[in-house]
Amino acid sequence: MPRDPKKKPITVDQKRYSEIVRDLAPKPLYLKNALLAFVTGGLVCMIGQFFTDLYRITLNISPKEAGNPAVATMIFIGALLTGLGIFDKLARYAGAGLAVPVTGFANSVVSSALEFKREGLIFGVGGKMFLLAGSVITFGVVTAFFIGLIYALFIL
Amino acid sequence: MIEFQTYLYAFLVGGAICALGQLILDFTTLTTGHVLSGFTVAGGILGGLGVYDKLIKFAGAGATMPISSFGNALVQGAISEAQRNGIIGVLTGMFELTSTGITAAIIFGFLTAVVFDPKG
Repeated sequence: MPRDPKKKPITVDQKRYSEIVRDLAPKPLYLKNALLAFVTGGLVCMIGQFFTDLYRITLNISPKEAGNPAVATMIFIGALLTGLGIFDKLARYAGAGLAVPVTGFANSVVSSALEFKREGLIFGVGGKMFLLAGSVITFGVVTAFFIGLIYALFIL
Repeated sequence: MIEFQTYLYAFLVGGAICALGQLILDFTTLTTGHVLSGFTVAGGILGGLGVYDKLIKFAGAGATMPISSFGNALVQGAISEAQRNGIIGVLTGMFELTSTGITAAIIFGFLTAVVFDPKG
């Protein structure tokens, strides 16, 4: 059972223990992790740029319009790689480099849906799909609502 | 025509946003969920200030691929519809630009979950 910090003061032994654990626990390799995230994140964005250009030229649309199918393509790739079990292996090295682009959004949707598949299509896949990605949508919409409201009331 | 320097800027800007996310993950106790939500909110605020669209013009997919673009697109949808239809537009325009991402995530997420089984 986890210790409730409100109930008992921390004993000297516990304090020493946590200090020892802190010193022994492996420290993240900050520079290496950041560099890996930079390179993989940059590569993901370059692939996204390739699809943006592809749709812009083949469909003859503006770069802004071409962003939409490009995002959908990246989500498809992220979902497929997650389903095949490849995404998690790549993400172990790439970290935020795969999590921060839309591929990470797709991964969080698919991994939640797969994790709860055994609970059935309705409660599992349908209900738990946005277990992780839901907070992104919620906070994005709340932010956009208040910014839009401020804009409509005071700036227009 | 393809402008090759856009690929360089996309790599640099997109990579920098991801590296920032990784540094936040490593230096704090925040989880990926916190970082993604925070980036979305930050993108929304930058979008409201008109900064994010300039970043997209400069870096292309380097700015549209990271999740911060989702916050920006929500704000741009709400604002541009508010310009046409007044305050109700904040509600009706909210998902105008982001419906692609959300629809794609639901469709591909659902299909993947039906076709594949969880690994390990």
